[in-house]
Amino acid sequence: MSAAEDEKLNPELQEEHQNQEEGDVEPEMEYGDEIGMGYVFYRDRKEWADVDAVPQDDGPNPIVKIAYSDKFMDVFDYFRAVLQRDERSERAFQLTADAIELNAANYTVWHYRRVLVQSLQKDLHEEMKYITAIIEDQPKNYQVWHHRRMIVEWLKDPSQELEFIADILSQDAKNYHAWQHRQWVIQHYNSHSKRSVAQQNRYNLLQPTIGQAPVEFRQTHAGLCPPETGSSLTSALEILQDHCLSTYPNLLEQILELQQTHSSPYLIAFLVDMYEDMLENACSNQEETLNNALELCDLLAKEKDSIRKEYWKYIGGCLKNKYGTTEESKSPSEEQ
Amino acid sequence: MEEPISVLRCLGEYHSAELFNEDNVKTVTSIEQKKVEDSVQDVFNAYKINHRLSPPSLQREQHYIYLKRGLRHLSDAYECLDASRPWLCYWILHSLELLDESVPSSVASDVCKFLARCQSPSGGFAGGPGQHPHLAPTYAAVNALCIIGTEEAYNVIDRQKLLDFLYSLKQPDGSFIMHVGGEVDVRSAYCAASVASLTNIITAPLFEGTPSWITRCQNWEGGLGGVPGLEAHGGYTFCGMAAMVILQKEHMLDLKSLLRWVTSKQMRFEGGFQGRCNKLVDGCYSFWQAGLLPLLHRALHTQGGSSLSMTNWMFHQQALQEYILLCCQNPSGGLLDKPGKSRDFYHTCYCLSGLSIAQHFGSREIHHEVIVGKEENRLAPTHPVYNICPDKVAQAVQHFHQMAVPGKSGSSSQTPNL
Repeated sequence: MSAAEDEKLNPELQEEHQNQEEGDVEPEMEYGDEIGMGYVFYRDRKEWADVDAVPQDDGPNPIVKIAYSDKFMDVFDYFRAVLQRDERSERAFQLTADAIELNAANYTVWHYRRVLVQSLQKDLHEEMKYITAIIEDQPKNYQVWHHRRMIVEWLKDPSQELEFIADILSQDAKNYHAWQHRQWVIQHYNSHSKRSVAQQNRYNLLQPTIGQAPVEFRQTHAGLCPPETGSSLTSALEILQDHCLSTYPNLLEQILELQQTHSSPYLIAFLVDMYEDMLENACSNQEETLNNALELCDLLAKEKDSIRKEYWKYIGGCLKNKYGTTEESKSPSEEQ
Repeated sequence: MEEPISVLRCLGEYHSAELFNEDNVKTVTSIEQKKVEDSVQDVFNAYKINHRLSPPSLQREQHYIYLKRGLRHLSDAYECLDASRPWLCYWILHSLELLDESVPSSVASDVCKFLARCQSPSGGFAGGPGQHPHLAPTYAAVNALCIIGTEEAYNVIDRQKLLDFLYSLKQPDGSFIMHVGGEVDVRSAYCAASVASLTNIITAPLFEGTPSWITRCQNWEGGLGGVPGLEAHGGYTFCGMAAMVILQKEHMLDLKSLLRWVTSKQMRFEGGFQGRCNKLVDGCYSFWQAGLLPLLHRALHTQGGSSLSMTNWMFHQQALQEYILLCCQNPSGGLLDKPGKSRDFYHTCYCLSGLSIAQHFGSREIHHEVIVGKEENRLAPTHPVYNICPDKVAQAVQHFHQMAVPGKSGSSSQTPNL
């Protein structure tokens, strides 16, 4: 389904591509591929003569009416027929493949295909081959991944999964469905592992263990990662938060030093967090710490991270309200 | 209270200082980001040269023509959305209501009749007539019917069956699957909470365990993933937060880290939002991400946040409007992801929804507008939980609260948190 889907398939982009591809050499044709090149409509197939197609009932004044191609209408007219009579047959099974090819997002077809796979006791390894090919072709579709998950569950065999997912990720390292499937596989079939799934994924890819000195932290982050990326500093923050920011007293000095040469909004925000942590833990120089924090919030709002000015104004205001003295903690004037 | 904006942030002398600094570390991510910044910069520069005397303009007329036609007819390119037709109704109707364009009563009636054909005999709505019901088209259909807001529209919904349908999808751990034999993710909780609260069918056990499950979706980044353990993502974060607001459990989330995460998703150069860290700006996140700020504002206010602004959301409203108006409009009508992409009704809906959020601050008592460009760019306000106009929410709630909650007559119903 569409909402919240990562980079959803844009139908109008398809339209543009279709226009561009006219005149290109046709790929090798298979039986049933193109009209005039051997494709036979279901309505013309002898082996389907016993079935009355069921046209879509949009009503007399349809809304959002799609101008389906002949091929699309024909396939789905027969799919509706098969669904209506709950036909459990090999021909119905093959029909689902045609329907899926025309619209892989039709979850009703996928559901019916699964009913048929079980009813007809289809070879699940063959089904795995099928779904592998479909996902390679359309890796950003919910239904294909869910279908694969069901087959893996029925087979009770995840042995192909990590390699398959790795292949998909090699084509698009950020495919959300792929990562979701990966976490499911690991969680479901790796219960003897003590690490959490996310940790497994992360530690496969990332870096130093926590116990190491702040010196190493600074070296790692100043040397390897450009100061402009949010993710490495944020994940460093998470790791440190897990182990309590304030147990590294020299860290503040190190970061302040780093600020001289490698300033970035991420670094300054990190400093604000450190000051807040110190205030929270009732450090000795509350007033100075608060002022430092407020100064940085102001710097971020006005200059270094102005896209987030409203946020930094709010954070500064919160700090003032929470840690300011009675004089300072009057409600902040609303500067526009 | 109104604030017309004529000096554009993106045309500022120092705006190029916001460009990404690769620092000689090239990655796939940085290369893609730079490409987008380049194309966005081209748009900003072209605007500077060609239009600097005329303010950014929402192409209302073109969008209206595109939407009006789409409501009736779509090309075969839309075959891929044949299992999402209620969505098409909702995206188009909501876009029209934001543009303050009325729908003729005959068309409205036809929408009602069509959606009635999408309703399943077992409850809920399907992606098209004869298909199986699914929470996403159910959400879209109910929203579309509430936008229409006539008796005919409200009467389409079989509330008893809808409740049965929701129960049939409920899982022991508090989550919901999207359809029978389907997948779980946080969208389902939002879809269920949205339709149940609008139509007044919430019973005590229906959402038992759901808030706890949703909180498990929040991760170290501060945002929410689709299911527990996954990367924080704008779409899923919106769904989770909005569901929590409906269930009046938003305080179970770490609002502070959520606020930090979402504000960090606004792109300093482009002005629009990315969906996840290290990914690209996309016009649709103008709603999914920016829409979180009104929800957070209210939640933090309830918590007693005295530092909250009384005039602005905690994102750069002007920068977002500039991105949408300059980079996300197709001159022939319709809106889009980013320059170079094709228009579609999904992006039209969510770019306009985001534009509305960016223009209107406030609620019942306070209202402060920030309008970039022409006055005529002003859209109708949208409800940040349901993403239909607030008056349509109020009207629907009022209508359905006159009815008893199905299945358990006489029991008290939960008034939704508007």
